[in-house]
Amino acid sequence: MREEIYTELIMEHYKRPRNFGKISKPDTIYSDANPLCGDEIKVYVKFSGKKINEIKFTGHGCAISQASASMITEFVKGKNFEFVKNLSKDDVLKLLGIELSPMRLKCALLPLKAVKMAVYSHLSKDQK
Amino acid sequence: MSMQKYIKDFPILKRKVNGKKLVYLDSAATSQKPFQVIKVITDFYTNHNANIHRALHTLSEEATIAYEQAREKVAAFINAESTEEIIFVRNTTEALNFASFGLRDIVKKDDKILTTTMEHHSNLIPWQQLAKMKKAKLDFVDFDKNGYLDMKMLDRKINDAKIVAVTQASNVLGTINPIKKIAEKTKQSGSIIVVDGAQSVPHMPVDVQELQIDMLAFSGHKMLGPTGIGVLYARKELLEKMQPVLFGSDMIKRVSLTYAEWNDLPYKFEYGTSHIAGAIGLGAAIDYLTQIGMNKVRQHDIELTRYALNKVGKIATIYGPKKAEDRSGLIAFNLTNIHPHDIAAVLNQDGIAIRSGHHCAMPLHEKLKISASARASFYLYNTKSEIDLLVKSLEKINKIFS
Repeated sequence: MREEIYTELIMEHYKRPRNFGKISKPDTIYSDANPLCGDEIKVYVKFSGKKINEIKFTGHGCAISQASASMITEFVKGKNFEFVKNLSKDDVLKLLGIELSPMRLKCALLPLKAVKMAVYSHLSKDQK
Repeated sequence: MSMQKYIKDFPILKRKVNGKKLVYLDSAATSQKPFQVIKVITDFYTNHNANIHRALHTLSEEATIAYEQAREKVAAFINAESTEEIIFVRNTTEALNFASFGLRDIVKKDDKILTTTMEHHSNLIPWQQLAKMKKAKLDFVDFDKNGYLDMKMLDRKINDAKIVAVTQASNVLGTINPIKKIAEKTKQSGSIIVVDGAQSVPHMPVDVQELQIDMLAFSGHKMLGPTGIGVLYARKELLEKMQPVLFGSDMIKRVSLTYAEWNDLPYKFEYGTSHIAGAIGLGAAIDYLTQIGMNKVRQHDIELTRYALNKVGKIATIYGPKKAEDRSGLIAFNLTNIHPHDIAAVLNQDGIAIRSGHHCAMPLHEKLKISASARASFYLYNTKSEIDLLVKSLEKINKIFS
């Protein structure tokens, strides 16, 4: 039997997501989507040096994807590139505090992918 | 209810999911199987297994007879004129691919293929591909806000169409399309009508001669049969003009190193070793459905759908026609501001199986301006009290997510 996934923590983040919204002049924007379920996310980041100074997201999706976006953006704020680069699936699951089936894992990991890609795209811009 | 007595025939319905009695509301994806079907498949592998149409030994003879009897059952079930018109394939999708690519010599540059915006991807993409391959035109008939096909638009577009590909019952809206009316129009204009019967053949009487259908595709697994077996029906005269799509053994008559002559119908389209047990299992499923009577199966669907439209309609947005008589046995719906995945996940915790997503109909969902929906679908083994359980769980979900 699978454990309860709609925990208080998840529902709290889903109903009151942190960092939901746009940044007016972001250094980078990255959008991604999960075509299977129609989840969409757009990540806005502002850097100060190598640190993530501000991060926000918009989009829509299931409770797991929204809670995950809320928690990940909260987690990486103030951290540097290296930190984001090293984030893994297990880190996201630890944040969420639940176990997920392979299908639902995709919902949880979409925000991580978007955040990483936003940071990478900024890095590659920097190197040019 | 009169269907109650059949529930015990489905062993899987006794199982529990997450500690609750299974409520299976996903038959539009695949149906459950009665023990009568399971038994026939087991018996085939236990006592008769051999390859068909080849060897002269007893087992092969028994297997061939059983396989061909299954074809007779299918032909009788949809009232085809002859068994030559029944091609065993893997599923509806393969049948529709055979239909489209089988017509590749008939479709010419600038010919029009007409389909609708409510199709399952399986009745869209093969035509997209054929149109691309032959530089033909692909055009669409829309559906209105109540989920009915726009028949005026169809009238405007049908006259110069070479092929009309349409579903008999939408797997999302539930809409049952007026196939006979459309088929009559194709007879006047001389076009070929290809019908996706995936959601209709398992749920209502379908008579290809009465409806004047040229081609019909359906799957065994949605009608109590096993997975991996489906049917393409086509009028003989059409099959004779069509080209095989997959090549190899069984579909040839004579072969030299540089030349091959196609086998007689229906074998011209059956490549390699067929899903023999699957076809025999489908035959058993047809026996089971026939013994109940397809009119009764249809009536039961209508009753459950009417009940669901009323009960679920009070708390959810349901897509498609409001009248149960105009719908097949399913409802696709959304709860306000709750993602269908969350609905499905919480329902699963209560042992209720539904489907969530775009149900392989992305253009349809785009037109409804939603990214996904939840879908509960019914069959002869479902009951009104199961719909009550669904409603109770949906009310709970509304509370959790409010």
